[in-house]
Amino acid sequence: MAHDATHDHHDDHHGAPKNFFVRWCMSTNHKDIGTLYLVFSLLMFFIGGSFAMVIRAELFKPGLQLVQPYFFNEMTTMHALVMIFGAVMPAFVGLGNWMIPLMIGAPDMALPRMNNLSFWILPFAFALLLSTLFLPGGGPAGGWTMYPPLSLQGDSVAYLVFAVHLMGISSIMGAINIIATILNMRAPGMDLLKMPVFVWSWLITAFLLIAVMPVLAGAVTMLLTDKYFGTSFFNAAGGGDPVLFQHIFWFFGHPEVYIMILPAFGLVSEIIPTFARKPIFGYKAMVFAIASIAFLSFIVWAHHMFAVGLPLGGEIFFMYATMLIAVPTGVKVFNWVSTMWGGSMTFETPMLFAIAFVILFTIGGFSGLMLALAPADFQYHDTYFVVAHFHYVLVTGAIFAIIAATYYWLPKWTGHMYSETWGKIHFWNSVIWVNVLFFPQHFLGLAGMPRRIPDYNVAFANFNMISSIGGFLFGASQLIFVGVVLHCVFFSKKKAPDRVWEGAKGLEWTVPSPAPYHTFELPPVIHDDELAHGHIED
Amino acid sequence: MGQQQGAYFVPTKSSWPIVAAVVMFVTVFGAAHWLNAPPGEASFGKTVLTVGFVGILLMFFGWFRSVIRESLAGSYNSQVDRSFRMGMMWFIFSEVMFFGAFFGALFYARMFAVPWLGGEGHGVLTHQFLWNDYAASWGASGGNGPARVGGDFQTVAPWGLPLLNTLILLSSSVTVTIAHHALKVGHRGKILLFLGLTVLLGATFLYFQAHEYMEAYKELNLTLQSGVYGSTFFMLTGFHGMHVTLGTIMLAIIWLRVAKGHFTKDHHFAFEAVAWYWHFVDVVWLGLFMFVYIL
Repeated sequence: MAHDATHDHHDDHHGAPKNFFVRWCMSTNHKDIGTLYLVFSLLMFFIGGSFAMVIRAELFKPGLQLVQPYFFNEMTTMHALVMIFGAVMPAFVGLGNWMIPLMIGAPDMALPRMNNLSFWILPFAFALLLSTLFLPGGGPAGGWTMYPPLSLQGDSVAYLVFAVHLMGISSIMGAINIIATILNMRAPGMDLLKMPVFVWSWLITAFLLIAVMPVLAGAVTMLLTDKYFGTSFFNAAGGGDPVLFQHIFWFFGHPEVYIMILPAFGLVSEIIPTFARKPIFGYKAMVFAIASIAFLSFIVWAHHMFAVGLPLGGEIFFMYATMLIAVPTGVKVFNWVSTMWGGSMTFETPMLFAIAFVILFTIGGFSGLMLALAPADFQYHDTYFVVAHFHYVLVTGAIFAIIAATYYWLPKWTGHMYSETWGKIHFWNSVIWVNVLFFPQHFLGLAGMPRRIPDYNVAFANFNMISSIGGFLFGASQLIFVGVVLHCVFFSKKKAPDRVWEGAKGLEWTVPSPAPYHTFELPPVIHDDELAHGHIED
Repeated sequence: MGQQQGAYFVPTKSSWPIVAAVVMFVTVFGAAHWLNAPPGEASFGKTVLTVGFVGILLMFFGWFRSVIRESLAGSYNSQVDRSFRMGMMWFIFSEVMFFGAFFGALFYARMFAVPWLGGEGHGVLTHQFLWNDYAASWGASGGNGPARVGGDFQTVAPWGLPLLNTLILLSSSVTVTIAHHALKVGHRGKILLFLGLTVLLGATFLYFQAHEYMEAYKELNLTLQSGVYGSTFFMLTGFHGMHVTLGTIMLAIIWLRVAKGHFTKDHHFAFEAVAWYWHFVDVVWLGLFMFVYIL
């Protein structure tokens, strides 16, 4: 059984297996598994997006319009779970799978079979989760944060908990694989402080994942035993406390927020230098800023709970700790802008999305600072202001970075150029409608509209209608994205060169386009001038 | 080695991962159905759960068999070995964090939730309006909350069986280390003796733990339903016991592999991985003994 998978360096004849099932279900190839992750993520993006369309349709006008309140609650819950665990996280793992070995000169991921298992758990986990929508009692409707006792109602608790367990196992194995790959598989000469920022961001994100996914597993296990086995973790009559769940959940949940944005920072830090034709400004500061944000993410969790009645000392500690995060984040925004400053910029689609990321993510960051102020948060808590805040950091932050990275590397993956015209049409539609969608929600929240409620005061009618129109058009715009990607994969005639972008640096651009099935089977010889960050002075 | 110098072992296609994903799904699907079955009614969930669980065992057997064969064929060079080591270390770290969640629940319940229910702190009104006769304390008098959930109970005395179990686990860590040193000098008889002792100590620990559980349920009325005290007690010791069970099984398998001569002085990752895991469950136990039993 000892397969000798590593043959000669120039050996191209052992390409992808011909059999469809063998190739995609039994794969040990980081590129194929990366593709699986990305396709799965896109599918989940549209399923989660369709839930969002239901929400915006219901909120188009005041009064109950289309769906029952319970179904509305299922939609808000499932939209979040699907988008977080099904769309954003798998997209980053897919990009990491595809690009990390190429960026550090490794033949594959460190543990290729476990890599395949990490992926294949996900479709089953989401089958389990989504199946609850068709159960007699309905699916989970207590919000993705699963706060007890609300979340313990209904018969879907066990399905939800086990689905979360499966997703957690998948994430932990994926993260272990990424850490082992980065720490053990770098080509000689690829020192830690010469790695691309994207690789650094994933190294730190993987650490966060291994640290907090088990905590989520513990929290949902306690939900399960409280519901089915008579424990009292979250039951005050038995000496427990529902707020305990919130503490454990957000100890996971806040690092989770950074799990969904740090790889996006890494992606943008790859794209902006390429199109500004300048090395990233302050490489080390960028790396240390990511590490600082990761550290701080462990000591800010209770800012999600300012309104539950924390002791005053807790409110103050978590308020200041949260505001500290603005410092390393500010360093990053400053450095992205400084990278562009004086550069020979061009504005291809990836760069447009990256610039939109810098501007719109910063808006989301600022509204986050407003929410960090405990006394102000008493007003904003659980309103549409919070919804606007985290959609600015997750949609125009994480999702925009994923889209930018897809345009950036699609020619490397497929060997063909995508349609720049349609890419730009996609960009302008996305960036306009996403602001029409989410910006009015700031005003709704400040005026007091609560989140997760299917009906609202008529005073909120106009902004809700504007927001819904933005939502429908933003959702429709993403169909353009699918069209561009499908066209590039199957129909595009325009061949992509090895170095797809004029200013692109890094090992991934030294291999042919499309990247051969196996790359770097023997470690490459690294020349510092090939690297984006090759000349780091100590 | 059958490979070029410096080349990393990248396995070709394997069906084990997708088999693993399927059996995991079958297991949890069955478990979820079973949990939702009305009490007293036959549920096909139980059957599905059993099938899934057996599938998981077979999957582990098959997957590890192919890995062991590759290892014996010399496919794993030192770089691959390092990947395995990193994988195991980070897996153990994730386990630490999992136990951390339950220890966190224990500390929170003891330090905050129960005292607040007893009226401590400012602005805590539950005591005043709901349970104003509740005098908060941890353990037998009050650990099951103001509603006395699960009825009156007594706690397990730390200086009896738990102390003995502590000594057993600590000794087992010593014996596994002696076996490890014997492995490094290639003394197979000594490895088998001390590794065998480790397995026996692990099994003895589990026997005493089961005995303690039965005593708790029958004589002390300390159950999983005994309020937050019972919840934290049984979830922490229960998950630890599951880990000891798994560790003992893994040690027994390693014993068989030692007997078959699978390991060499400088190529024995599996042995070390299991030894690390064993030390990890030992350390968790020390935390349990301190915070669950003594304090």
